[in-house]
Amino acid sequence: MTIEWQHYAATDSYYDELIASATGPRPAARALCEYLASLSDAELRERKTAAELDILVMGITFTVYTEGGSIDRAWPFDIVPRIIPRQEWDRAEAGLKQRVQALNLFIDDLYHEQKIIKDAVFPAEVLAQSANFRPQCVGVSPRHGVWAHICGSDLVRDKDGAIYVLEDNLRVPSGVSYMLENRLVTKRVFPELFEYQRIQPVDDYTLRLYDMLASLSPRPGDHPTVVVLTPGIYNSAYFEHSYLAQQMGVELVEGSDLEVGDDDCVYMRTIEGLERVDVIYRRIDDLFLDPKAFRPDSALGVKGLLRAWRKGNVALANAPGAGVADDKVVYAFVPEIIKYYLDQDPLIANVPSYLCMREKDRGYVLANLDKLVVKPANESGGYGMLVGPHATPAERKRFVELIRKDPRNYIAQPTLALSTSPTLCDDRMEPRHVDLRPFILSGGPATYVTTGGLTRVALKKGSLVVNSSQGGGSKDTWIVDTEGL
Amino acid sequence: MLSRVAQNIYWMTRYVERAEDTARLINVNTNLLLDLPRTTTFGWLPLIFIVGAESQFFEKDPHRLVDEANVVRFLINDRDHPGSIISSLAAARENLRTTRDTVPREAWEQINGLYIYARDHVPSRRGRYEFLRRVILGAQQIGGLLAGAMSRTAAYDFVRLGHYLERADMTTRILDVRSANLLSHARQTQQSQGQSQMQTQTPASTQEEQDPFESIQWMSVLKSLSAYQMYRQQVRVRVSGPDVLKFLLQDEYFPRAVAFCLRQLDICLRKLPRHDAALAALAALRQKLNAATVPELSREGLHDFIDEVQIGLSQLHDQIAAAYFAH
Repeated sequence: MTIEWQHYAATDSYYDELIASATGPRPAARALCEYLASLSDAELRERKTAAELDILVMGITFTVYTEGGSIDRAWPFDIVPRIIPRQEWDRAEAGLKQRVQALNLFIDDLYHEQKIIKDAVFPAEVLAQSANFRPQCVGVSPRHGVWAHICGSDLVRDKDGAIYVLEDNLRVPSGVSYMLENRLVTKRVFPELFEYQRIQPVDDYTLRLYDMLASLSPRPGDHPTVVVLTPGIYNSAYFEHSYLAQQMGVELVEGSDLEVGDDDCVYMRTIEGLERVDVIYRRIDDLFLDPKAFRPDSALGVKGLLRAWRKGNVALANAPGAGVADDKVVYAFVPEIIKYYLDQDPLIANVPSYLCMREKDRGYVLANLDKLVVKPANESGGYGMLVGPHATPAERKRFVELIRKDPRNYIAQPTLALSTSPTLCDDRMEPRHVDLRPFILSGGPATYVTTGGLTRVALKKGSLVVNSSQGGGSKDTWIVDTEGL
Repeated sequence: MLSRVAQNIYWMTRYVERAEDTARLINVNTNLLLDLPRTTTFGWLPLIFIVGAESQFFEKDPHRLVDEANVVRFLINDRDHPGSIISSLAAARENLRTTRDTVPREAWEQINGLYIYARDHVPSRRGRYEFLRRVILGAQQIGGLLAGAMSRTAAYDFVRLGHYLERADMTTRILDVRSANLLSHARQTQQSQGQSQMQTQTPASTQEEQDPFESIQWMSVLKSLSAYQMYRQQVRVRVSGPDVLKFLLQDEYFPRAVAFCLRQLDICLRKLPRHDAALAALAALRQKLNAATVPELSREGLHDFIDEVQIGLSQLHDQIAAAYFAH
């Protein structure tokens, strides 16, 4: 049975990325859909196997915390790409740039004059209870005023087809290496498709990343020494850390490889002796960066690193404290933040959010838990969430208590009808829910947004959880130029 | 190059070589014991001393039975013994895991595969030879993969430093087996003197009694080091103790001979920065090795001499570690 798109279960309850329920394949996806339909089952299976083999051979893995002995798992990948028309993506890209620009202004303001609080746009009590505000960073001025150099914002599409920002990851967002590897695998599996379609390339990300990082160097002029700082092999994103270091041609270091000298500069230990480090792309959380400034029990960090950074002797990306804007309560204020700093309306909307700290909102949330998704302010990876419609009464009851105890820590959003995209499931094409994580680089010569991003897919039927740590997979994402199609 | 990465690579190859050479060590002792008359053999205890693990072996039970099964198990799959084959492979794997981006992927897969093989196979007495053969071959494959796919930059120098330093050390230990078994009549070994080495005397009479077996035993040593053919081609005389010792200690051409290993270490070190102290330690060791009069050693003092060589190697390691691994 080859694929017959008229049998594909696109419905009106969800927006499907490739197939319109009434008219079949969307214009940007037509070539792909026709091509897939021209393949026999055996050919399709062959492509799938080839992709799986590639992933194994290329060693694309991610790590799961709970598995002791063999900690690497092959990256789950679906061969059917997700497609976004170029014109639509251009608008999303502009919206992301606007958003990250405003967020960086916001962070910089919080660590300096706090004008936005004085002007009563952002409540002081939210900041006072922020888990990610770092008093140690007050008064520091990173180069170009940029704190969140690398941002991963999650985009979703609702039933009406509109794109929303679901959250902004400003601490140590991960996933970009999978975006790059997915493209590589897809090119190997479907080379024909790239020959006659205008699929925008994604490969220059690591070059852009390096340029951005290099531009942060406190010693401009010569070749700056850039390193990637990893917590080590047991981190779930270790593959990505080593991948990015390799692609940029820089050292992958651990905390124990670095030291801060009496001159407050950072050095790495090499076989030639100590070598000065200018820029650190750190993939370690704030609190573990420097046992002197933050958690004294951190074995991952570097003593004195914050001091060196405050003195301007080393650049850290992202800057410590940038996570203050990576908070689901702050998220709810982003439209106001954009308005306040840029005097613009947001180009991409937020998902409507109820702040449990507001009495009126809280009343609504507690009364409608079965319809809402409740999220803690500072968790990532899909942990600590309540998906109301799928939760048991006991789980909902537990959340009532949690919210009452610590309202500041919770927001709620309506359950979105996350869009779907055709996914190969046991030889059949079935709709599965997807989201999209583009990456935005700021602080370099120009703000850069990846072409598309990482499409994550909930491989389990009906599931809305796309996190790889919880059974999600991913797809290649094509931005296709439909001009003239 | 990062010190940590250099250190990991160095230890990774040391551990792989140690696993291989421990397998060779067990093979040589097995063969020796088969060749010797039962009453004259010293058995398996010398191996424990030779790998310097008497305190670990007797740690839990000072009266632990020193028989073939216990010693072989201790050397092959005792996780509490850091020098066992399984511990060495696990350590090699851990060292490589953190530096996977520096070495070719196939080498990682090979080490991982070899570790899993050793973990999942506890050899019976009958299956032991095959098991050890696979460990030796697997280790050789890793060396081949690294040699065939790594650029000759500093990283590869550390591959070779670890490789040859460990090999030199283990070749001397394998020679020690011979001396220990030869001295089988001098029985008492002082067991528990910390990291102590075997303290034995060599009555001349013992030697003569062993003579009928001597060349067979030396052949066995050569074979365990894959050295028999090369020895025959290069030395061309009948297999005798002094000649074999000279070959395995002082030959500059055979790749498991100590002198060869030291020469390779010299070549690697010269390519690296900050090598003065390590080169000095190496030069002293090479001089000691070359100055040894082997025919005399084969009669008396071999064990002490080997001890000195091992101390020299350990000092060389300290110099390498001080220059490159720790600041």
